[in-house]
Amino acid sequence: MKLSRKEVEHVAMLARLALTGEEIDRFGAQLGSILAYAKKINSINTDGVEPTYHVLPIKNVWRKDERRPPLAQDDILGNAPRREGNYFRVPRIL
Amino acid sequence: MEICEFTAHQLADLIRKGEVSSEEVSNAVFERIDLVENDVQAYVTLLRDNVLAEARVLDSKMREGKDAGRLAGIPVGLKDNLCTKGVRTTCSSRMLENFIPPYNAAVVEKVHDQGAVILGKLNMDEFAMGSSTEFSAFFPTRNPWDLSRVPGGSSGGAAAAVAAGEAICALGSDTGGSIRQPASFCGIVGMKPTYGLVSRYGLVAFASSLDQVGPLTRDVRDCALLLNIIAGHDPLDSTSAPVKIPDYTSFLTGEIKGKRIGVLSEMFGEGIDPAVAETVKKGIAKLEELGAVVEECSFPHADYAVPVYYIIAPAEASSNLARFDGVRYGYRAGSEAGTEPDLLDLYMKTRSEGFGPEVKRRIMLGTYALSSGYYDAYYLKALQVRTLIRDDYRRLFRKFDLLVSPTAPSLPFPLESELDDPLALYLADIYTIPVNLAGLPAISVPCGFAGGLPVGMQLIAPAFQEGELLQAAHAFEQNTPYHEMRPPVQGDASLKPAKGSEYRCPHMKL
Repeated sequence: MKLSRKEVEHVAMLARLALTGEEIDRFGAQLGSILAYAKKINSINTDGVEPTYHVLPIKNVWRKDERRPPLAQDDILGNAPRREGNYFRVPRIL
Repeated sequence: MEICEFTAHQLADLIRKGEVSSEEVSNAVFERIDLVENDVQAYVTLLRDNVLAEARVLDSKMREGKDAGRLAGIPVGLKDNLCTKGVRTTCSSRMLENFIPPYNAAVVEKVHDQGAVILGKLNMDEFAMGSSTEFSAFFPTRNPWDLSRVPGGSSGGAAAAVAAGEAICALGSDTGGSIRQPASFCGIVGMKPTYGLVSRYGLVAFASSLDQVGPLTRDVRDCALLLNIIAGHDPLDSTSAPVKIPDYTSFLTGEIKGKRIGVLSEMFGEGIDPAVAETVKKGIAKLEELGAVVEECSFPHADYAVPVYYIIAPAEASSNLARFDGVRYGYRAGSEAGTEPDLLDLYMKTRSEGFGPEVKRRIMLGTYALSSGYYDAYYLKALQVRTLIRDDYRRLFRKFDLLVSPTAPSLPFPLESELDDPLALYLADIYTIPVNLAGLPAISVPCGFAGGLPVGMQLIAPAFQEGELLQAAHAFEQNTPYHEMRPPVQGDASLKPAKGSEYRCPHMKL
């Protein structure tokens, strides 16, 4: 089983990855064989079995809505690859 | 024995009694690093100046009779996916090569509060995706027992450093075996605690329902000591469990008589190296000799754990790693001169250039499994089988206190031998993965050698029964010599430093 070029390109676009022609071929073959292996689980009857998203029996964890000192703005913006004043700079989108 | 070969609890005692100073311990570890790091290549970032300054502060504090903490003066290494305030945290990825976290991970804060000195940041498979540390974007780490072999992964730098005397102990993370498998390959102790026992705050996320932070140590007592410090509820991690934390060292009684231990027979079947199987079976015979009640048992869904994991973990990873967009932090692709790229181009170029091959492969796999038309067939189905795997354990723990298996199916394999076949590499975690899927605690302890290479035995307990695990592992260890063995690495001048070692930056301040 090998994923078609079109399938690989579609998934790459969803994942926001620009793949080279060589990567498309390689991933097509590799993902195909991994998925074929993963299909093993289809032989198990799971009718009525609840999915396990998470192993802990906790839900909706709240904390008190109290003011806390935030992280320093400069520390946060200091990691920005492009910065303008107190803003993250991105290409124009409009 | 040299200072760098002692355990953390031994050194903590010596430091407390004033027989050795923190500074002497740190110096001894750095001497060792200077001797063998060129061979082992465990560190991405070393904090030499910082360590010595901190050690001196601790020494003067203790001279004044003040309490400097339970890990006072102990040099600890950190896997490079644990955020350290002001110190580069790379996940061994180009994407985060220059990322300086503005805060410490909860576990970093905790060990630091107890007086541990942070030696540096340890190499790993990029974003913790891999089982050999060869997927580090910077350089591979070598196994101190045989420099032509891998140390395991993804916490390979951490395991190799602890084994080689380049750190007294370390913290790593385990999503499908990333603490236990390298611990097994490097002949040390590695524990993955119960999901939710240790805060994940500040651990760079890979697969959030599976990730857990844990210790890599030279013996079981050190493991208990570190677990005492890092375990506990954290309001900053909403998946942190509100449970009471016992003193884990109180379980180290040496007693194992009457303990019911189930041998997972499927995990001695197809695909295991016979030398590993034989060594682990001898270990199990030892448990029985010490008074444990050992019986074979069956884990019906064993064969399905790896396929389930390789749907769930990449699915969660593809979602977690969507945050790397070149805008707020991390790598950003440059634009061609004179052109203004659009936002989509920026995302796509940044991610394609910033992520390495295994990370891209997993993002692709996860995106596929979550995409429209495949969600039910792959992702939902995998989550249902995950429930069946948990049910298998539930049934087994009605009968047994603990389960035992090999930690990994093979001995440490040669560098570059498995890089081209992702599926073959995924099977390196075949015995550790089911434990993460069920959120259980497990420990790998050294149980012997085959052809001069270490073999690990994995013990598994019900959720939050780390005490049981430590008790059995400690009893085993006290009656076997393997935890006292140290690898032969002594500094081989013929080995060239790995490409990428220039990424070490010794001058950052914690």
